[in-house]
Amino acid sequence: MDFANFLIQTLNSVQYGLLLFMLAAGLTLIFGIMGVVNLAHGSFYMLGAYLAFSLSSRLGSFTAAILVGTLLSVIFGLVLERLLFRHFYHRDHLDQVLLTFGLIYIFEEARSLLWGDDVHGVAIPPLLSGSITLTENQSYPVYRLFMMGVCVLLAVGLYLLINKTRLGMKIRAGAFNREMTESLGINIKLIHAVVFAIGVALASVAGMIAAPVSSVYPGMGSSVLIMCFVVVVIGGIGSVRGALIAALLVGFVDTFGKVLLPQVAGMLVYMLMAAVLLFKPEGLFKQ
Amino acid sequence: MSAPQSHLETLPRSIQFVLALGLIALIAFPFVGSEFYQQMVARMMILAIFAMSLDLLQGVTGLVSLGHAAYFGLGGYALALMSSDSGAVSLWWTLPAAVLVAGLFALVIGFFVVRTRGIYFIMVTMAFAQMLFFLVFDNKELNVLGLFPLKLGGSDGVYINFKPDAGLFDLENKRVFYYFVLACLVGVYVFLRRVLWSPFGRALAGIRVNEHRMRAVGFGSFGYKLTAFTLAGALAGLAGYLWGAQTGFINPELMGFHMSAHAIMMVILGGMGNFAGAIVGAFAFEFMLELFKDLPAIGDFNTGKHWQLWMGLFIVAVIVFAPRGLLGLLARFTGRKEAGHE
Repeated sequence: MDFANFLIQTLNSVQYGLLLFMLAAGLTLIFGIMGVVNLAHGSFYMLGAYLAFSLSSRLGSFTAAILVGTLLSVIFGLVLERLLFRHFYHRDHLDQVLLTFGLIYIFEEARSLLWGDDVHGVAIPPLLSGSITLTENQSYPVYRLFMMGVCVLLAVGLYLLINKTRLGMKIRAGAFNREMTESLGINIKLIHAVVFAIGVALASVAGMIAAPVSSVYPGMGSSVLIMCFVVVVIGGIGSVRGALIAALLVGFVDTFGKVLLPQVAGMLVYMLMAAVLLFKPEGLFKQ
Repeated sequence: MSAPQSHLETLPRSIQFVLALGLIALIAFPFVGSEFYQQMVARMMILAIFAMSLDLLQGVTGLVSLGHAAYFGLGGYALALMSSDSGAVSLWWTLPAAVLVAGLFALVIGFFVVRTRGIYFIMVTMAFAQMLFFLVFDNKELNVLGLFPLKLGGSDGVYINFKPDAGLFDLENKRVFYYFVLACLVGVYVFLRRVLWSPFGRALAGIRVNEHRMRAVGFGSFGYKLTAFTLAGALAGLAGYLWGAQTGFINPELMGFHMSAHAIMMVILGGMGNFAGAIVGAFAFEFMLELFKDLPAIGDFNTGKHWQLWMGLFIVAVIVFAPRGLLGLLARFTGRKEAGHE
């Protein structure tokens, strides 16, 4: 592998890792704060991708599609939380696994009814369709850099929200001790709804910005969901920082694995997970 | 918590009655049902064995494995790899070998996974199953250490052209095969009921209720959990072997995420911790699946094609309205607690 190729694969790793982080952050927040195992998280990613497909052609602008799409997925998240998830915060993990697995079926079929079973493409907006030169004969698409930019921006935003705002303080307090927080007069139900909506929005945005690169297809949520769980488990459930580091780690192992060891590439990340758990049964950054 | 004198007396009479009735129905079925339905019921019985094996972990020990299909698939692949294109292989060594292979994998993987708890256990079991899934999915052929060329068939799967040769009876005869599966089902049920009421099974139940306390009174929970995991994997391998023998075809999907989740749902649907529920759940789950797939079209709307939607709604309804499963409902009406959950 020459240097230019190495550079490109590194960029791809970081891009994939950051995208995984967007998904894993929502998943780990929802688990860490509400204690809900959400197998349907991948469906929110799929929702985002299909929203990007529908909205960008209707509205004629990718940026507008992302903004409207985010709004729609936040509303979707709030409704879902109010109707269903709220009643499962105190139930067994097993019940949650089952509920959300049932939801995967429902979402998948709703997707089929609304959008059909064809594979769709989403055009890269003209402004981002070029590529930049790395070395004399190697270039890198601008859109992938844009994806990284969005992810970094959201990651920083999430960090500031949780660690530097009043809302973030309440979220952390609620995760630490629910009863105490409630008795201080903080509306914990509202906080939970907001956190859930943030998780849905993060996954949905990830789906929207990934749509032009990965295309939009049935069942796209499943594979990404499993990868997400790997990230969350390696990082330590409930730890957003752990999710970031684990996502980048998984991004590197997966990307370089496909280039260097194609025969076992599919297994590599799971081997990484097993290795981590052998030494740290609760992940790298268990809170 | 003292072991009762008879193993079956601990199930409520109503459930014992359902089981006895079910057994009679299963014995009589080949004489009344068509061959198509006979094969469907045989498939349900195989899945019931698979569900019971998971119940040993999920209901008895309190370990929810989201990767149990891996061992089911391993049993099937073991048969496929031992089979030859030219003729039938003997049941008498391939069946124990397949069970052993699945059990060995469960032992090795269990060594990693049983040290984790709760949600970590769910996820780690899933990860290992995915590992095996991709190993099979990505490789048409695998040459282990350059010594054993394994034809895995990749994503296309592998065909098993001949049913195993049992010598004494002819498994190619569909009715004989049906009764062979039924015998396995009854055998596994009786075996697992005995395990449940053995000191080993009581220790597992203790671990489910309070692992710390079990450790405090001197039970090394790691060994118990690992043994349960291995046993469950081996029995899932038996089910996978039977599946391969019946359908004559094995593909990676059998080890996949959805198959594992189905097993969990079967156990929950029927009711956990007493193995009777797992059988009822497997039958009910498969029955609903067939029912939804066969729904007639209403106007232009093909309801059967969207079976996933009905299945999803059904699962959500069960978890919302009957959290203790179908047998749990039955037991509640007759006013007695389920066995294994006393």
